[in-house]
Amino acid sequence: MLRYIVKRVALMIPMLFTVALLTFFLLRVIPGDIVEVKLRADGGNVSQEVIERERVRLGLDKPLVVQFGDWMKGIVTFDYGTSMWTGQPISREIGIRLGLSMQVAVMAAIVAVLIAVPLGTVSALFRDSWIDYLVRIVTIAGLAVPSFWLGMLIILGLLSLFNWSPPVTYTPFFTDPVANLSQLIWPALAVGYRYAAVVARMLRSSVLEALQEDYIRTARAKGVFERLVIVRHTLPNALLPAITVIGLEFAFLMGGLVVTEQVFNLNGIGRLFVEAVTRNDFTLIQTLVMMIAVMFAVVNLIVDLLYGVLDPRVTNQ
Amino acid sequence: MTTLSQTALRPSPARRRWRDNPVVDFAVSQPLGVAGLVAVLTMVVAAIFADFIAPYDPVAIDFEAMLAAPSLAHPFGTDSFGRDILTRIMYGARTALTIGFISSFIGCTIGAIIGLASAYYGGWRDMVVQRGIDLLLSFPIIVLALVVVAMVGRNRVGGIDVNLICAITVPIIPRAARVVRSAGLSIREMPYVDAARAAGYSSARIILRHMAPNVLGPYLILLTAYIAQAILLEASLSFLGLGVNEPTPAWGLMLSGNSANFYQTAPWMILFPGAAISLAVFGFNLVGDALRDWLDPRLKT
Amino acid sequence: MTDLSAFRPSRRAVLQSGAAGMALMAAGPQAFAQETPKRGGILSFAIAAEPPTYDLHGSQTFAVMQRVAPHYSTLLRYKGGAYPEIVGDLAESWSSAPDGLTHTFKLRSGVLFHDGTPMTSADVKASYERIRNPPKGVVSSRQASLSKVASIDAPDPQTVIFKMSAVSSSFIDEVAASPWNAIYSAARLEKDPAWPIRNVMGTGPFEFVEHVAGSHWVGKRFEKYFRQGYPFLDGFRAITMSPAATVNALVGKQVQAEFRGFSPAERDRLTKGMGAAAKVQEGGWLLHQDISFNPKRKPFDDPRVRRALSLAIDRWSASRSLGRISVLRDIGGVMMPGGQWAATEAELEKLPGFGKDMAANRAEAKRLLKEAGAENLKIQLLNRAIEPYITAGIYLIDQWRQIGVTVENHDAETAAWYASIGGDNFDVVMDSYTDYTDDPTTGLPKFLSADKWPIAAPKFNDPELDDLYARQGATNDKAERRKLVRAFEARTMEQAYTVPILWWRRIVVMQDAVNGWTMSPTHMLYQDLAEVWLA
Repeated sequence: MLRYIVKRVALMIPMLFTVALLTFFLLRVIPGDIVEVKLRADGGNVSQEVIERERVRLGLDKPLVVQFGDWMKGIVTFDYGTSMWTGQPISREIGIRLGLSMQVAVMAAIVAVLIAVPLGTVSALFRDSWIDYLVRIVTIAGLAVPSFWLGMLIILGLLSLFNWSPPVTYTPFFTDPVANLSQLIWPALAVGYRYAAVVARMLRSSVLEALQEDYIRTARAKGVFERLVIVRHTLPNALLPAITVIGLEFAFLMGGLVVTEQVFNLNGIGRLFVEAVTRNDFTLIQTLVMMIAVMFAVVNLIVDLLYGVLDPRVTNQ
Repeated sequence: MTTLSQTALRPSPARRRWRDNPVVDFAVSQPLGVAGLVAVLTMVVAAIFADFIAPYDPVAIDFEAMLAAPSLAHPFGTDSFGRDILTRIMYGARTALTIGFISSFIGCTIGAIIGLASAYYGGWRDMVVQRGIDLLLSFPIIVLALVVVAMVGRNRVGGIDVNLICAITVPIIPRAARVVRSAGLSIREMPYVDAARAAGYSSARIILRHMAPNVLGPYLILLTAYIAQAILLEASLSFLGLGVNEPTPAWGLMLSGNSANFYQTAPWMILFPGAAISLAVFGFNLVGDALRDWLDPRLKT
Repeated sequence: MTDLSAFRPSRRAVLQSGAAGMALMAAGPQAFAQETPKRGGILSFAIAAEPPTYDLHGSQTFAVMQRVAPHYSTLLRYKGGAYPEIVGDLAESWSSAPDGLTHTFKLRSGVLFHDGTPMTSADVKASYERIRNPPKGVVSSRQASLSKVASIDAPDPQTVIFKMSAVSSSFIDEVAASPWNAIYSAARLEKDPAWPIRNVMGTGPFEFVEHVAGSHWVGKRFEKYFRQGYPFLDGFRAITMSPAATVNALVGKQVQAEFRGFSPAERDRLTKGMGAAAKVQEGGWLLHQDISFNPKRKPFDDPRVRRALSLAIDRWSASRSLGRISVLRDIGGVMMPGGQWAATEAELEKLPGFGKDMAANRAEAKRLLKEAGAENLKIQLLNRAIEPYITAGIYLIDQWRQIGVTVENHDAETAAWYASIGGDNFDVVMDSYTDYTDDPTTGLPKFLSADKWPIAAPKFNDPELDDLYARQGATNDKAERRKLVRAFEARTMEQAYTVPILWWRRIVVMQDAVNGWTMSPTHMLYQDLAEVWLA
């Protein structure tokens, strides 16, 4: 087991380094840079030398290799550099926003699992019945409906039905749980719907497979009460791929967050990312991209380990 | 309907010919797939014949009719410029399908070639490609698309943003490559591949002429699945302002910008474009699902 | 018909909002006279953008001004409720020599910085020197405005003297009363000239408390503020949120104000949602939307082509229709309509691009294009991906279609947009320009060449325009300046390098309880919040 972990972690490092290299150099190819944006906002009156001076100050004039080296040095010392837009340390920019995004992501995951597990199982058990078709339609809709549109519909619905809109300012959970939840439950639902759809489909597929496994047939042939069969034999094995999916999709929640945070006006990582892209804030973009890559690699590793624990065949390969 | 009952009810020889026609077989055994196909075909018709069947000009401004609720004159209402929403949805189908199809086709094809080659060669080349795929797969589709947008900026060619297509194609390639590689791995062990190698055929020929036809099934499924993804991605990027530009009609674009100001008083401005996106993605997904079910009945999911 | 008046509340707004929806129009002198300000309370307001810096000297955006202004003072300021009258802020009194080459300011005594140190002329001198000659690591956006200053002297702690190398007719407005020329502590600047970029410490009515990026900015009352009795508020809280979210927040009473401006649609939603609690103030805005042609690209080097494209734009109709869905409403030339330098409607109508007979205009435009050999032109419009640019772009494309010109629209992100302008990489570019003072010296450079004026977009050589501009800036004779400005305007529309499309209309909506804030045609003034109080 330990060897497996070490091997996996060792493989992660070159991969992450490649991500860093690619992101860094490809970003610098873009035309247009952040200095012009900063200084000319709202109709500015700045001369070219002022712009050049600021560019020097931000270190944009140094050769690319040197800039990359600086960044790598920084990462090793946990200094992720400063945002080119605000000049604040990136760790601070991200730190302020990470909590909110994580909370929405976790809530979305909870909502999704609560909905998906029963739906997926039921759908598989009553295969090809109207329940199954209904669930399949609902889940495919979950993959089809853009989460930002769903968010807009939710706001519209709340407004027209209850004449109420969610709070626009963020209160941390421990300060005021009611205000916090009343703001964040809606984006969690919008993002979680898609998540639930994916998990439900996966669960349905794996329950179906499990139902056809030989040992289930044997159990059935032996006349064991159907329900017990399902519960005791199907679910644990069906859960394995579902766990994989739950884990992996969690990392992909970022995708849903990117657009949903715009709709709900949330000060989160998704919105930060879009702003960074719009402003060509290289240092921020590259750090965020690295963060996602690391997050995904770690989640991947955990899921694989979990899988390995539950199914020793994997780790022995 | 389980596999057992299907074989038990094998039709009589006279009827077999009718049922053996794959299209009919598909239609009968996959009702959801047919529904999806209908949705897709509606889109295609709207896209191709928009010039003839659309009631108005999609970019014609008519301030007298701005923000009109759905009526006989404007079945889906009008937006803040008085442009007919039904017309813009029809023309939007054109944008969505063009971008969706091109991105998916290029992405899946490149991905398929990479996947097949990787499966065929094996060894260290396969390892490198696998690592590369993993690397690209570690990003949610939209994040990767945003990074590509950040990298390449905008480049309009004849009204279609070439860089947008790039941004959508890139995330598709590794996903297609992974699926095709798995399929390719199993084919590689087949005797006829060995025979071809023994006969001295070049690798390229083996890959393209012997292995490729056998992954056609998964390839088609990928194609439909990723047209759906591409449409969704384009809508998201346009929503964020990084996709298609005004005044080109595009569903995602119709949901962003000024709509944010008006949709609470004129909800039809977002209801119909969003429904169009959902229906299109829904349709393609249903078709893809049905294709998969139909091609591999043992794995009916 | 367009309302060309700048500060009178528009009749339409009053009628539209209904008697019940309107509490107070144009809060100003009436408010000061009728009600006694109450002390206390925290004002929360929404801002749509994050500040890239805390340094007013190096910024042009309201995102910085509206947050940072309450913490600083300037030499002179605009008088509350009486725009554009100027009174002293840190300066008790001031005088200018008859030849216009010396300006003397007498500073108040007993003014303290937030850290307790006293403010003296050394601080004023250090701050202005920083703007004039920014040291390494410091950006000074208004360096050019001090180009005619020969020296800044501080003979005693309460006196500052500016000696000029040439007469500058806009010195008081542009230099002394500029809300951007904040006075920093000389002691801090000496230790680190870049200190104000990341730190906030001044002599203003509020002390800085905290800034959580992306979320909020907090200030609290400075008890030792030099204006006795001010500020009334205990503190303020600026919250970052998008315009759409701001509307919901105002209706839901989660914020009390927004100080930049709303579009008519947003205003209607607000009055509907807030009812009697809405205070709506409307007026002109020192902000115009314009387009520039790139004379370095064929066929835009031909003035006939440029003029034709400008002629084809129906500005009068644009005002009527775009004015309903966006902030683009007022029709004006190179100076703000309704202001003291504006052209009358009769004068405007004579200029190419402002004629009311559109059929004739379009015919003329087509004829000019044909003459220049540029029929069936295909052009690219470089636009920005924000409102109201997008809306204006859609309108222009439609207008140009009507004379047979095909346009490819390109909504660029800000960085790419700036880069394209800087690299002369555009056919036609859409831009906007704003300032806080209605003075030709600050407003006209937008229409000049980018070779000399970074604020402009196209690069060209037109000695006549340059000459007209220089002459108006060198004389203090108002009538003479007016004549020169009119001549400048006529030539601008005729040569059409950069032409105005529409001027923005400012609609500010806040909770009825917010009093003492002065409406003006600029969102950069009156943001110190010293005179604001909550009912």
